[in-house]
Amino acid sequence: MGAWTDMAFILVVVLDLFLLASSRLGAAIRAVALQGALLSLLALLLTGSGHSVGHMLVVAGGAFFIKAVLIPWLMFRAIREMAIRREMEPLVGYVPSMILGGVGVVLSFAFSRGLPLPTNEMHPFLVPTALATVWTGLLLVVSRRKAVTQVLGFLVLENGVFVFGLLLTDFMPVMVEAGVLLDLLAAVFVMGIVMFQINREFASLDTDALSSLKD
Amino acid sequence: MILRALFQIGILLVLPPFLLGVVNRVKAIFAGRQGPPLLQLYFDVWKLLQKGAVYSRTTTWVFRAGPIVGLAAVATAGTMLPVAGQPALFTFAGDFVLFAYLLALARFATALAALDTGSSFEGMGAAREVSFASMAEPALFLVLVVMARATGSLSLSGMLGPALAPAWRAAAPALLLSAIALFVVALAENSRIPVDDPNTHLELTMIHEVMVLDHSGPDLAFILYGASLKFFLFGALFVRLVADAGIAGIWAAEAVFVVELIGFAILVGVVESVMARLRLTRVPQMLVGASVLSVFALVLLLR
Amino acid sequence: MILLVILVPFTLGAVAFAWPDNRTRPALLVAGAIVHVLGIASLWIQPEGPVMNGYLFLDAAGKVVLTTSSVLFLASAVYAQGYLRHRSDRDNRVFVGGLLVLLSAMTTVGMAQHLGVLWVAIEITTLATAPLIYFNHNPRSLEAAWKYLLVSSLGIALALLGTFFLALSGAGPDGPKSLLLGDLIRAGPQLSQPWVRAAFVFLLVGYGTKMGLAPLHSWKPDAYGEAPGLLGALLAGGITNFAFLSVVRVLQVTTAAGEGAFARDALLGLGLLSMALAAVFMAGQRDFKRMLAYSSVEHMGILAVALGLGGSAVTGAFYHVLNNGLAKGVLFLTAGNIHRAYGSKRIDDVRGAARRLPVSGPLFLAGFLAVTGTPPFSPFWSEFMILNGAIASGRYLVAGLFLLFLAVIFIGMGATVLHVVQGSDEGAPVVPGFRETWLTAGPPLLLMLAVLALGLWLPRPLMGLFTAAARLVTGA
Repeated sequence: MGAWTDMAFILVVVLDLFLLASSRLGAAIRAVALQGALLSLLALLLTGSGHSVGHMLVVAGGAFFIKAVLIPWLMFRAIREMAIRREMEPLVGYVPSMILGGVGVVLSFAFSRGLPLPTNEMHPFLVPTALATVWTGLLLVVSRRKAVTQVLGFLVLENGVFVFGLLLTDFMPVMVEAGVLLDLLAAVFVMGIVMFQINREFASLDTDALSSLKD
Repeated sequence: MILRALFQIGILLVLPPFLLGVVNRVKAIFAGRQGPPLLQLYFDVWKLLQKGAVYSRTTTWVFRAGPIVGLAAVATAGTMLPVAGQPALFTFAGDFVLFAYLLALARFATALAALDTGSSFEGMGAAREVSFASMAEPALFLVLVVMARATGSLSLSGMLGPALAPAWRAAAPALLLSAIALFVVALAENSRIPVDDPNTHLELTMIHEVMVLDHSGPDLAFILYGASLKFFLFGALFVRLVADAGIAGIWAAEAVFVVELIGFAILVGVVESVMARLRLTRVPQMLVGASVLSVFALVLLLR
Repeated sequence: MILLVILVPFTLGAVAFAWPDNRTRPALLVAGAIVHVLGIASLWIQPEGPVMNGYLFLDAAGKVVLTTSSVLFLASAVYAQGYLRHRSDRDNRVFVGGLLVLLSAMTTVGMAQHLGVLWVAIEITTLATAPLIYFNHNPRSLEAAWKYLLVSSLGIALALLGTFFLALSGAGPDGPKSLLLGDLIRAGPQLSQPWVRAAFVFLLVGYGTKMGLAPLHSWKPDAYGEAPGLLGALLAGGITNFAFLSVVRVLQVTTAAGEGAFARDALLGLGLLSMALAAVFMAGQRDFKRMLAYSSVEHMGILAVALGLGGSAVTGAFYHVLNNGLAKGVLFLTAGNIHRAYGSKRIDDVRGAARRLPVSGPLFLAGFLAVTGTPPFSPFWSEFMILNGAIASGRYLVAGLFLLFLAVIFIGMGATVLHVVQGSDEGAPVVPGFRETWLTAGPPLLLMLAVLALGLWLPRPLMGLFTAAARLVTGA
């Protein structure tokens, strides 16, 4: 049981690193989907004595449906309709972004030891995994040019926030968490529409085309 | 005791070409071919040893020394590697550093020999080889450090000895990550497919094979044999790390070890068959990825 | 009544999406705005206690911001009648529906006493406005909408992480284990300080992005420049004020937890940086709508500086929320008129607006004078109060920089505005068929009169409200 949870956390971090290195959008979307599935698995694995099982089932089921099924499906549809496969020429190359990601992972694992958790610690990997994933998401958003990859970065960022949220499941009402998931969906949905429009206007999904507004 | 030592040297010297034969057979099966005999490399080496060597007039002694130094370095490294959990022939604290540097010395000799030919083609190969090696080496070292940290031992014999099993129980995630990194390094160091294609000889994309084009006769035999030996070393390191069978009897353990090595060769063959060669620019990415994974493993251990 | 002012606009928004007729649909905006203003007025006369287990409650700080936005929304709704009639070529289904949902979400932010609810409502304001920025359906507005959506969503995600940190800080054995504002403030020093500090940083970055504080303002010039004028008014005078309110909420908790000094220093730094950056970018700005965006950056900076100063400056901050909201309404609505009369928002094309638009042109100038803090308009008084607070607390350097930036901004903005308003409009591009009407010129005129009136005479209940709101933050 403990070893499985360990592995799940580590796989989440390894997926972060993979995302920083991958240029194929299909593989990246699959990785994000897998990460979402792992998060819902973690939500179940971390159900301890203090939590209500029904509540965790709702959270895990909701996370799985939205993060691992619905959003990847939407993203795949988006890249199929727009016929793009790869991220070309990221602003920060793959090797530097991997190294930056690795630095983030190391720092978050090293520093989170020093952070005193006021609540009983659920799992020693939880906080560092959350921080590393948030960092990866930020890195992806700022270092990639394609709108799809930026959305993926945003999703990874949200995944990191979700991991952190697992710490709070015993006293956060379901309502707020449902709101969290729903917002995520809505955000990507609207972003998808906008991306579709970007494509129609510019015939590509390169956000570099979006640079006529500046001072 | 002497008998066992002789047996270890025997495995070290005899088995390697067979492993490459297994790899080639697996690839042939995947491609729907019959493939060369499993013992082909022995025949090749034997045949080459009978022949004379041709040396270009532009080369110096450096060119002739390359294959010999290379083979000697790899073989010496082999004597430090424990076989089937038994201590190696030579073992001392910190021997893993010497192990890694002996492998580096072999590469250095080969690259120098390639440069000595004065051919721009071989120079290019040497440049590629050392630039990729500069990224594979940190990964290898990090993997070794992770193992040293997990087992609390500074010698290869200690790392891969009885302390490994409890280390797996205590730090499975870290060891698993470093095993993945080690596999990537093994593929790169042995010029296997996602990094390099050992079968091409006329493509500008090749890395390692370019460097040995000018060698002939016994020199080429040394190089081919040395390459198989290197493959054996990484294989032994890898199977010991991931598949510690924990079998009590010495002879049974040796037998299982040989079977595991063959399994490693099959695994490499499968990887080579199902993957496409990476673009040259993607290779550093993969190697840096391996380093990052092993750094992550180290951080997990140090927590 | 509290639930009513949230649910009625929301329902009307849903109705707007279903409403078949493009010509009559904008009337729903006015209906929603009137209900909202009446609802807020009734809450003034007869305050209500907390509802929904204390999740929603209109306190003094919320009342300031909500009243401002309610008035501004009414003005924009009337203006929209004229604007959307002029733009009858465009389907306004999403525009009208989105604005009403936005009103509902803003109201929720104003009343939220639970940080989770607050966060959800802020996120909804982002989602409701992004499609509206794209109203003109051209590549430039698309770019603006995309930047707005991406940057705001990132900020909002970080704000969520900050909210989680805050929840965690109260998860100790004697912690409140709650995100209700009251519980957190009561728990005060029992909260885990390192987590409160981390939470403040993330929440400031998150909601600061929404406010448009430098250096997180990058979406602002684009969004304000490309959105229709009335949306600019609602962004600059509505949504950013609600983001300010969110920062106020966070500051309340942080101060109670004993990390107030650190938080105020951070706010002061970001505020001064915003003012400096606005001053730099406003000088020589060739696009008058983007200039207004930097003016918004500046005023959010002023609010942050005021919060950072603490003491009596905070009262000035709440006063300034009202003044800035109304003055920004004047500026953006008249700028929209000028934009449409010339078909351009570059000052190379636009001149002599006072001649071509006899109401909007002079109003634009008056709005500029008001927003830069010229007496007798009301922003002068609120900025004066903030400056006074700085001097009273002995922060002479802050006071000096504050004055310097205001002066530079006055000069930079004045050059652009005077160029637009003065002179002859001969040779400037002409858009046939556009005329000022009372629907488009009336609302900014009334807002301007309100700004003037508030500058000449501030009603006692309003001053009491500002003091009460400030007391929530300073605890004094």
